[in-house]
Amino acid sequence: MKTLEFLIQRLVKAVIVVLGVVILNFLLIQLAPGDPASVLAGEAGAGDEQFIAQLRAQFGLDQPVYVQLWSYLQNILSGDLGYSYRNQVPVAQLIMERLPATLLLTGSAFIFSLILGVVLGVLAAYKRGSFGDSLIMTGALIFYATPLFWVALMAVLVFSIHLDLLPPFDMETIGANYTGWARVVDIAHHLVLPTVTLGLFFTAVYTRLTRASMLEVMNLDFVKTARAKGVPKGRIIRRHVLRNAILPVFTFASVQAGQLVGGAVLTETVFAWPGIGRLMFDALMQRDYPVLLGVFLVTAIVVVLVNLVTDLLYRFVDPRIETAR
Amino acid sequence: MKKSSRLIAGLVGLAGLTFAAAAGAQEKPTSGGTLNMIAQPEPPTLMVGLNTQGPTLYVGGQIYQGLLSYGKDLSLQPSLAKAWEVSEDGLTYTFTLQEGVKWHDGKPFTVDDVIFTADKFLREAHPRWRYIVNTYVESITSPSPDKVVFKLKRPFSAFLYAFELSSFPVVPKHIYDGTDYRTNPANNTPIGTGPFKLKEWKRGSYIHLVKNEDYWKPGLPRIDELYFRIIPDAASRAVAFEKGTVDVLRGGDVEGFEVRRLSKLDGVQTTTDGWEMYSPLAFIEWNLRRPPFNNKLARKAIMHAIDRDFIVRNIWFGLGKTAVSPFASTTRFFTDDVVKYPFDMAKAKELLAQSGIKPQEHTIRVMPIPYGAQWDRTAEYVKQQLEQLGFKAELVSIDAGGWSKAVSDWDFDLTFNYTYQYGDPALGVARHYLSSNIIKGTPFANNEGYENPVVDELFLKAASAVDEAEAKAAYAEAQKIITDDMPLGLLFEQRNVTIWRDKVKELVRTGIGVNESMDETWIAQ
Repeated sequence: MKTLEFLIQRLVKAVIVVLGVVILNFLLIQLAPGDPASVLAGEAGAGDEQFIAQLRAQFGLDQPVYVQLWSYLQNILSGDLGYSYRNQVPVAQLIMERLPATLLLTGSAFIFSLILGVVLGVLAAYKRGSFGDSLIMTGALIFYATPLFWVALMAVLVFSIHLDLLPPFDMETIGANYTGWARVVDIAHHLVLPTVTLGLFFTAVYTRLTRASMLEVMNLDFVKTARAKGVPKGRIIRRHVLRNAILPVFTFASVQAGQLVGGAVLTETVFAWPGIGRLMFDALMQRDYPVLLGVFLVTAIVVVLVNLVTDLLYRFVDPRIETAR
Repeated sequence: MKKSSRLIAGLVGLAGLTFAAAAGAQEKPTSGGTLNMIAQPEPPTLMVGLNTQGPTLYVGGQIYQGLLSYGKDLSLQPSLAKAWEVSEDGLTYTFTLQEGVKWHDGKPFTVDDVIFTADKFLREAHPRWRYIVNTYVESITSPSPDKVVFKLKRPFSAFLYAFELSSFPVVPKHIYDGTDYRTNPANNTPIGTGPFKLKEWKRGSYIHLVKNEDYWKPGLPRIDELYFRIIPDAASRAVAFEKGTVDVLRGGDVEGFEVRRLSKLDGVQTTTDGWEMYSPLAFIEWNLRRPPFNNKLARKAIMHAIDRDFIVRNIWFGLGKTAVSPFASTTRFFTDDVVKYPFDMAKAKELLAQSGIKPQEHTIRVMPIPYGAQWDRTAEYVKQQLEQLGFKAELVSIDAGGWSKAVSDWDFDLTFNYTYQYGDPALGVARHYLSSNIIKGTPFANNEGYENPVVDELFLKAASAVDEAEAKAAYAEAQKIITDDMPLGLLFEQRNVTIWRDKVKELVRTGIGVNESMDETWIAQ
């Protein structure tokens, strides 16, 4: 009952937050120099006053800002994200076309980094001070500090060009027309490099967090008690230490989950992954406001929802936490 | 002055013969196969009538066709018109259309489509055609089902050069008539007369075209499928070619230093041909409304202080040629007899002293055009040379939207730009110098604010000349005055390199290069 009340309260807040984000984004975008009409005219390699005026009128840019904002809000509330200036396609359609690719990539990276990070962190803590520990922590530090795009380029250089093991870009083999399992295998093959690239940073974060948190818990009295009782070491690590040490990792995982939609622009660009991050970036460069606002909206909704789910899940991860904080 | 020499007709038979001869001398073309290319950046639409960006023309050129095409020497070639005729007074242009042409949806292509395109669609949607049709054309009529006649108000010597794909793509009347052209849903399912049809466009991934089985040239096209891939990262595009994922790189697909490296790979061919119609010419655009650029001697001084050979050689990897005149040397009416600006710092300083400008009093905001690293380097070099002359200079970074806005609103000190020549000075060059074209709202007009009534007069005279020699004399004079005034700091003619794998044959055949319908292109099996 308490949970339900909490949920309703949070949902109302979420709606207000999302609306606030929409309004703020709309106004911020107006600050960028240049509007879609001038960009389109620039790209066309020609254009006279009439051309630009036609475009502005077509996009409704000749209206005052508050009128534009009001009609945008009305459209949003009725579920219409508008029309892309540039592509002449409904924004919702553009986003829905791209969203699965991004979710597949970021989702895979999420699972990859979470599992690998926790496993490596536990190993490092378990073998604290050993060569293995140093190796893992050095690796974690390197990937924590290296820019993503460099890792991506090097991965392509090594695994695609020199070793020829993995495809360097695209989401699937274009023109091959695979279906069924062949297609799944093909996509999985293409997924390896971008997933690893995108996931390495968070893997490093999880590794360091898990290890530090594990070491802290391992020094607590109840662990000593368990050890004194003669509980096997593996069991202590799994049941007693990890369970208590996972909270910071969980918190950080929720941060990563919040980036599921908007966090892969660079990776998508390097690997020609047809996802939403690139849609956003292109829209920004082309001042395609409806698309940009649409992507922001979807991103904001995902962040808000993930936060909500995280707060609910805290109860299960650590029952000591009260939900109604 | 034999005016009858302007009568050009029935070239189609001749073109067919030359092709047969050329092919016979080489290998025998085979049919089939898939050609992989790159569309960079991803075009917003494939509807060429509404957007003339490079990638739109590249992909859209396989779907739509112009009335005419142009050879590497800019000679006129048939496309949807098989013959053309100009009256002796230069006022009546008659085009004879190809027979048996069908739109991709099966409807016949007729003279009504051409009239609709010229009189309605492009007049409303196409800035360059709108100017031509509103300024020069009196009427567009059809005396018989296979002929269309343009009657001009006054002669326009460049008229026959305005029918290329990017200036005059013929659009289907039955789809667009009576609709709002820009929002017509058919823009996403383009219907043209070209050798390939749109099968699928997976945004962010690829554009897939397939052979048009009912293409009007019998036995063509030879290739079954075209893929235009979207690969946003420049390094990945080079990798794609290296690994054989794509077979063709269009000029600009990869960075200059990659061009050099990829050209040396085994089984790879390159050419700088196929850009003659466009012949992009790069220049410094300085704002003549502001000091020090309102001072002619100061402009001349800066020209002498910039080593343009250095820019071409070291920043553009040799892919260019130092500009001599505002006209590209590949186009008609170019003359070498102009005022020249060899690199000479001593002379530059002397001219600057004469100009009365005190350089330390001026801070110049140098704004690179945001089209890639080479432009940034060019801007850095120009900034450095301005500082050598004693000016203060600072770089202003800006993205494409901001640049377009700043130049359109004349809010700049010094920036860079380039112009496509479109085969005739009246179409590509004059727009940057005519005082009547000092208009806000587009970055491709006379944004620098140049006003010279003599130049206006000469451009006007050349454009309305019926006789070619008369046009030539006027243009020669104009080039001399412009290079003396230097309203734009002419830098260099860009040379774009097309790179392709050996197996691709007959790829670059005309002056519009890879934008040409790839109907005769074939892949060795």
